[in-house]
Amino acid sequence: MSFSQTKDASGVAVLQVEGQLIVGNRQELKELVQAALDQGERRLLIDFSRTGYIDSSGLGALVSISKKIREAGGELRLSGLNEDLRSLFELTKLDTLFAIAETPQQALASF
Amino acid sequence: MPSPLRLCVRRSPASGGSGAATLVTLRLPSEVECIEEAVELVTRHCLAGHDAPHKTRFRLQVVLSEALSNAIMRGNREDRGKWVHIRAELGPEIIQLVVTDEGSGFDPAAVPEPIRPEQLDEANGRGLYLIRKLVDEVSFNEQGNSICMTLRRP
Repeated sequence: MSFSQTKDASGVAVLQVEGQLIVGNRQELKELVQAALDQGERRLLIDFSRTGYIDSSGLGALVSISKKIREAGGELRLSGLNEDLRSLFELTKLDTLFAIAETPQQALASF
Repeated sequence: MPSPLRLCVRRSPASGGSGAATLVTLRLPSEVECIEEAVELVTRHCLAGHDAPHKTRFRLQVVLSEALSNAIMRGNREDRGKWVHIRAELGPEIIQLVVTDEGSGFDPAAVPEPIRPEQLDEANGRGLYLIRKLVDEVSFNEQGNSICMTLRRP
């Protein structure tokens, strides 16, 4: 499990979650986002196209990240959730808290 | 470095006598870094020989990860001198997973539902709720340090 970070041509910081987002690595993602904010990034996309599963700690980390980005005056989008991953957001009503796009392209176009 | 996980698999008569069952037990230390490997090991055994849909695999992975995370962080409070024990009874129709920690237990009835609007912004408190939503039956022992999760095979 790991994360990769790129910058889209339009200047959006894109973080890719590869493998799982769970209690063992959620801190790493939070630190990556904090570092991006510290570098002045204000438009961030987290993409889950290559993600296996997420646990409640991972969901909690996303809630914290979303709050941090909001407080910094930034915007967060999520993308690439398959049916199973999306069901976790729906069950916990977190689909109402996040801006979720089907694909990274759609998410980037929505900034 | 050798894995600190201790796995045991044996075939035994199923409880109720409805055919053979496989019993899988796994012991892991109270380290969150061990969760992913434990989840993969147990999930692989749960689904071996079954043409399981992706949804079943996903549910198993999520609920195991949740139960282990609760056991390590809340039950054993990451005390490296304590262990977490998984017992999986795998029958032709059901998968029964019991995760037990060596902590003092908790009262599952006292855990609030995390989906009220004022709770949505909270970072914690969704684990048990997710387990209840993703498996067919959930029960606890009296002490509250052992959770039993049952999934019916599709």
